[in-house]
Amino acid sequence: MRDEARPGATGPMARSRRQILAAGTALVGGSLAGRAVAAETGGTDTPPQGPPQVPRWMKEPGADVGSELYGQPSPYEKGVIRNVPKDGKQYTSAASRTPLQELDGIITPNGLFYERHHGGIPTIDPAGHRLMIHGLVERPLLLTMDELRRFPTESHIYFLECSGNPGFEAIRQGKTASDLVGLASCCEWTGVRLKTLLEEVGVKPEARWVVAEGADAAALTRSVPLDKCLDDALLVFSQNGERLRPQQGYPLRLLLPGFEGNMSVKWLRRLNVVAELAYSREETSKYTDSMPDGTARQFTFVMEAKSIITRPSGTQRIAKGFNEITGLAWSGRGRITGVEVSVDGGGSWQAARLQEPVLNRAFTRFRLPWTWDGQPTTILSRAIDETGYVQPSFADLTAIRGMKSFYHNNAIVPWRIAADGEVSNGYV
Amino acid sequence: MATFRRAGLVSVSLALLASSAHAEGRFGFGRAPSAEEIAGWNIDIDREGRKLPPGRGSVAQGKALFEAQCAGCHGAQGEGGIGDRLAGGQGSLATPKPVKTVGSFWPYAPTLYDYIYRAMPMNAPQSLKPDEVYALVAYVLNLNGLVRDDAVMDAGTLPAVKMPNRDGFVPDPRPDIR
Repeated sequence: MRDEARPGATGPMARSRRQILAAGTALVGGSLAGRAVAAETGGTDTPPQGPPQVPRWMKEPGADVGSELYGQPSPYEKGVIRNVPKDGKQYTSAASRTPLQELDGIITPNGLFYERHHGGIPTIDPAGHRLMIHGLVERPLLLTMDELRRFPTESHIYFLECSGNPGFEAIRQGKTASDLVGLASCCEWTGVRLKTLLEEVGVKPEARWVVAEGADAAALTRSVPLDKCLDDALLVFSQNGERLRPQQGYPLRLLLPGFEGNMSVKWLRRLNVVAELAYSREETSKYTDSMPDGTARQFTFVMEAKSIITRPSGTQRIAKGFNEITGLAWSGRGRITGVEVSVDGGGSWQAARLQEPVLNRAFTRFRLPWTWDGQPTTILSRAIDETGYVQPSFADLTAIRGMKSFYHNNAIVPWRIAADGEVSNGYV
Repeated sequence: MATFRRAGLVSVSLALLASSAHAEGRFGFGRAPSAEEIAGWNIDIDREGRKLPPGRGSVAQGKALFEAQCAGCHGAQGEGGIGDRLAGGQGSLATPKPVKTVGSFWPYAPTLYDYIYRAMPMNAPQSLKPDEVYALVAYVLNLNGLVRDDAVMDAGTLPAVKMPNRDGFVPDPRPDIR
């Protein structure tokens, strides 16, 4: 009885998916989850539960209150998971991507936030964690987590994005929106302004940089300009209302709005206030952008404006007729002021509607109603931010930077739509 | 009138509180770390190697350590594997297939000490003693032809190693696409 009542014990999604395929259209979204459940349950057919039948799930009580003490998504959403590349040499220093094409709104659920770790995910007991601030300060300070949380706190919604999202070569290989730009997520972050702590310790006049270090096995180290530390930098202990997930730096991380993700050091244990930056491995041999002439750009901190259409997007299939085009835009330089969409391969552009709230250095959701006439075409989006910056085409980007730069590829992503409605990467 | 007076008192006392907090300039949470506590965590080594610790290690010592602890990921000659390629690639940066290694790309030698000490070997970071780190640094630099076979690295010799790509980095010119 219980088994029968448990969602997933039978496979209604399997039937509906087959029906949809038979009809020649696969609805965008949800199909992944349907496949996962169908596979798990062996794809047994069950009769439709729609009218005039009274659905099975109305004929007996559902699961008890508290049957899940920490709630999980429906089993029918099992396909909505982090996107982990299969070809990694190892997974201690690697990345997983947010399934952007499966999500709505602007907030990334904590369990789907992208990951990039350099020495694995440490399991840190907050009672044993300390933050040290030292160097060019009047009063070096050692704080427990409880002590840190006594300072005045703030909450802000900010995106975070890995600087290699995607690599210059990888833009021609990814299939889904997640493959292409899934190393970006957006949360509400709560913590203490770093400025508050720097005022507490008293920064000496010769200070220019703050070296931040993580308490992970990589002891990951980046140098942050003092100006940024005294501006909007946050010492974060919560994301989306709950304490940070271990993958996002539990119990404490740095968050530098608009800067490349690597600098927002996770599992933060130490801030060394210095006159000259550390020139650490992560800011010399990595996270510098190689140019065609052999030089490499350094201190390329800001993530420039970017957008991606998440629906319809790669591997989805659309039907002729009305389709809402929707996606995400963001800029490390501030607010998104516009997103333009082309449904004719870049021949003409029209303004998409921006969904409120449109926030500083946060994901902004855009939408455009569209009626597809069934002819093959390519759809694209380009973001414009408050500085007037317009997201470039890949051709314009590589004309200046070549193909070796790896980091900071914010090119427009085109989605090709075939006659059968199949959506694929326009660069492939 | 009474209300006015009470309001006035409240604002005076708030002003006093605010000014005393401002004069102190601090909340007073936490405590000062001891010199020993700071020294225990203060491991970042800048490009000049100013905080390099006492100790020394030779290329020969480094070769034995490298083969035992590093070659599994980086290859016997630093040619790469699961881990990054460490040697070679000099002169390749301006070609269509740049090979970025310690020898071809890293701008400062002391950074090698910093990184090996803090993060390597990947399965046991911060397990190497300073003499061992100096030895490994010497060996990796030697693999790249940057120090002689009989070189010994320490706080004096390491910062003196001139890396070929020291001047290969330029500031961020973005926004650069119009």
